[in-house]
Amino acid sequence: MSQFTLNLIFVGATFLLYIGIAFWARAASTAEFYAAGRGVHPVTNGMATAADWMSAASFISMAGIIALAPTGGYTQSAYLMGWTGGYVLLAMLLAPYLRKFGKFTVPQFIGDRFYSTTARLLAVVCLIVISITYVIGQMRGVGVTFSRFLEVSTDMGLYIGAAIVFVYAVFGGMKGITYTQVAQYIVLIIAYTIPALFISLHLTGNVVPQLGLIGNYAPGGGDVAFLAKLDQVVTELGFTAYTSDTSNRLNMFLFTMSLMIGTAGLPHVIIRFFTVPRVADARSSAGWALVFIALLYTVAPAVGSMARLNLTTTMWPAAISSTALSGPAVSRADIDSRPDLSWIRTWEATGLLEIQDKNGDGLIQYYNDAAPADHPITKYAQEHGWKGNELVKVDNDIMVLANPEIASLPGWVIALVAAGALAAALSTAAGLLLAISSAISHDLIKGSIKPDLSEKDELMVARIAMTFAIIVSTWLGLNPPGFAAQVVALAFGLAAATIFPALMMGIFSTRVNKEGAIAGMLVGLVFTAVYIFVYKGWFFIPGTNNLPDTAANYVFGISPLSIGAVGALVNFIVAYLVSSVTAAPPREIQDLVESIRIPKGAGIATHH
Amino acid sequence: MAPHSSSNAYWKANLRVIGISLAIWFIASFVLGIILRPALSGIMVGGADLGFWMAQNGSIYIFIILIFVYAKVMNTLDRHHGVEE
Repeated sequence: MSQFTLNLIFVGATFLLYIGIAFWARAASTAEFYAAGRGVHPVTNGMATAADWMSAASFISMAGIIALAPTGGYTQSAYLMGWTGGYVLLAMLLAPYLRKFGKFTVPQFIGDRFYSTTARLLAVVCLIVISITYVIGQMRGVGVTFSRFLEVSTDMGLYIGAAIVFVYAVFGGMKGITYTQVAQYIVLIIAYTIPALFISLHLTGNVVPQLGLIGNYAPGGGDVAFLAKLDQVVTELGFTAYTSDTSNRLNMFLFTMSLMIGTAGLPHVIIRFFTVPRVADARSSAGWALVFIALLYTVAPAVGSMARLNLTTTMWPAAISSTALSGPAVSRADIDSRPDLSWIRTWEATGLLEIQDKNGDGLIQYYNDAAPADHPITKYAQEHGWKGNELVKVDNDIMVLANPEIASLPGWVIALVAAGALAAALSTAAGLLLAISSAISHDLIKGSIKPDLSEKDELMVARIAMTFAIIVSTWLGLNPPGFAAQVVALAFGLAAATIFPALMMGIFSTRVNKEGAIAGMLVGLVFTAVYIFVYKGWFFIPGTNNLPDTAANYVFGISPLSIGAVGALVNFIVAYLVSSVTAAPPREIQDLVESIRIPKGAGIATHH
Repeated sequence: MAPHSSSNAYWKANLRVIGISLAIWFIASFVLGIILRPALSGIMVGGADLGFWMAQNGSIYIFIILIFVYAKVMNTLDRHHGVEE
């Protein structure tokens, strides 16, 4: 059976599973409705939150960014700490209080707590900007996945993906049903860990990838640490060592902080904690969500580092048992004929991997041609007549998908990874599109512009908004401002600078008032968005950036990915200053704050 | 609403628990994983140095423990102050 057929079978089977569960759970939830909203168990809710949360960025993109980072894998640890540490903030600073508040949307809380329609509208605007940015990242991931598994170009993959997201989100049957997400989580986590177990066992003799990462390199005899082996091989070829320290600690600190507080400010994640039965469950739900997320996140560095080593030893077969340069590079003829290297040919067809035999010697030399002049590889390359790195392009976002092929794992594992990647991207994309459309139709149009909107018209507005959002994000996804995980990181920066401070101050301060919150969110949003647009292009439109997106141009070396933490600080300061020179919130608002601080009397969450 | 004095004491206790938890959260990730990595390079966790391991794996385990401990402590605190549901 061809790989293509296998992919179709696995992807098709998982889709049928989701649809089946959606039908089954829909009937069940009607019964539940009459049994007075017992709600969902924290463990189940945690698993569904994990599926909602882990998108193309976590599944497809993150390990690849860690694997291929020009500054070394360690410097990308911000993704690992940031996208998990945020749950600590969520559990302690937001979830229990928002559950006690007992309404369903983030703009609603902000509107009520700051007794202002303007604040609510501003929250809607922030939510839309955050979600659209986030969806662009998902579109990129969906495009990459489809291009490979349907063997078409990335652009065509993106169009196919957008069409599926459209059907998936507009019909909406699969979203909001917790059990479908539980199934998606299970598919996703199996697809992510199975190849990792195989590869870890092969490279380190330890089947647990988390232990393999810190274990010894087995094919070399087992007396060298795996990380030491990886560092040795990549530095020999002129690249930065995987464990190499960061050269910009401030930027790494701010990037991690941005992702953490952004996590706690993401509207579609927060919403999940509004629906648990009790305040105590909101706390433990965050813990369970993190357990399920950590299953992927603690494996990711092993996936990334092992994929990097496997890629390098594929290009330099001698590196398996000795140094890379002790034998010849892989030859073009081998790539074209050997079945175990067919993955290179199929990825070449997508345009996401490029090989160019620059010096025409029939061998493909993979090395860092931008290494310093005094690096041994530079001299070696000159002596041997190399004309530059011949593995011209390896897109970060292909690493996880190509990983099982690079390691020559069986076809069904490859197909499973495809199904997992699509589960991750589609569940999150659909969830975000629903968040956008409900923000526009419910909070914006019905909540303030036209309160007498009929239910039927509201649904129509929601569908139009969703269609518009898909078109915009598909168009921007054709030329994304970065790899999937980087685009998503920008969304987190925006959430960090706007929603998180407003929510936190709304709970932990009785003094921050309407004026302060509005000014804080506005300044946080503008400050962060402008800093991002200057480097990434205005509204992410390619070519409209004012400064090149390189470290040399950043203020204090702070990248646009990291600016959200600074934006959050600015938000807090502005809100505090403006509040302290304007009137305190009315008595009933201060009472509201006092009441959300204690769990007693939470009751069932109410819709609007 | 609960008597003001009781909910005040509850809130203060809650803030103290949050303060301690967030200190651990900060040390596990930012301090050990980023700021002090060079200073801790001599301490190894298997084939990785402590700072590297904390940044790529260790901090995540601590986050999980932290949330469950927090949830447990808060449940006790809720009952102690009579503000549980």
